Amino acid sequence: MSSFKIFDIAGSGMNAQNLRLSLVSSNLANADSVSSSIDRTYRARHPVFAAQLNEMLDQQNGSSGVEIKGVVESGTPLVQEYAPNHPLANEDGYIFKPNVDTVEELANMMSASRSYQNNVEAMNTAKQLLIQTLRIGQ
Amino acid sequence: MSISIDNAFGNHIAALQLRGKRMELLASNLANADTPGFKAKDLEFHSVLKEAESAVGPVILDSTREGHMVPEDNRSAGTVMYRVPAQASLDGNSVESQIEQTKFAENALQYQVSMQFVSGTIQGLLTAIRGE
Repeated sequence: MSSFKIFDIAGSGMNAQNLRLSLVSSNLANADSVSSSIDRTYRARHPVFAAQLNEMLDQQNGSSGVEIKGVVESGTPLVQEYAPNHPLANEDGYIFKPNVDTVEELANMMSASRSYQNNVEAMNTAKQLLIQTLRIGQ
Repeated sequence: MSISIDNAFGNHIAALQLRGKRMELLASNLANADTPGFKAKDLEFHSVLKEAESAVGPVILDSTREGHMVPEDNRSAGTVMYRVPAQASLDGNSVESQIEQTKFAENALQYQVSMQFVSGTIQGLLTAIRGE
């Protein structure tokens, strides 16, 4: 029955959005984690999504789930701030702040949560239709 | 008089199968709403259903010589087409969530319509069998 595939597809979508949401929370939590060197400063992390190339699925009807290709660190330059009294300041008196853009992260969070809801709704509808199909003729 | 169960359901069985397939495609579109480069797909439903209804069936190429390739008759499985987006995004993704949502809801409702018809037919047949 083809409706079972919807659970896989929506499930992969939920999984992907869940990772995105946890990366957003990680970025937001570390938005103010300053450090004394460029190499050790937290950088914003973002997921990379791709459509699952399930050949059999693709040839038959073209539907595909979401695959998580990996997590990349943002390439935006870090914020360098002159704060000689800061306990983490380096010998030149500078601290480094993460390149987390809180506005972008909040927008990301909203998008991820809406997409997650979309997938949940699709799965719920498929479930209801499947149950109704099982009860057909009763 | 004999009752043919297959005829009793009409084309609703074929419609149910196609609706199921379309639901899968639309779920895949929704799941990939944030995937860069993903193109939204959909079934060209009406033409497929018309083909399923008609006795003529799809046009198939004639193979008159050995070595002529006969194309697979995959039309009955539904022709998957790319959707033309009203506003494509820069990352190459052509999924528009609001459109996919409405199509999904519409499709689910039509699935239920076909199911109701089949269910009603079964009820009618049961009444006829029991003679109540």
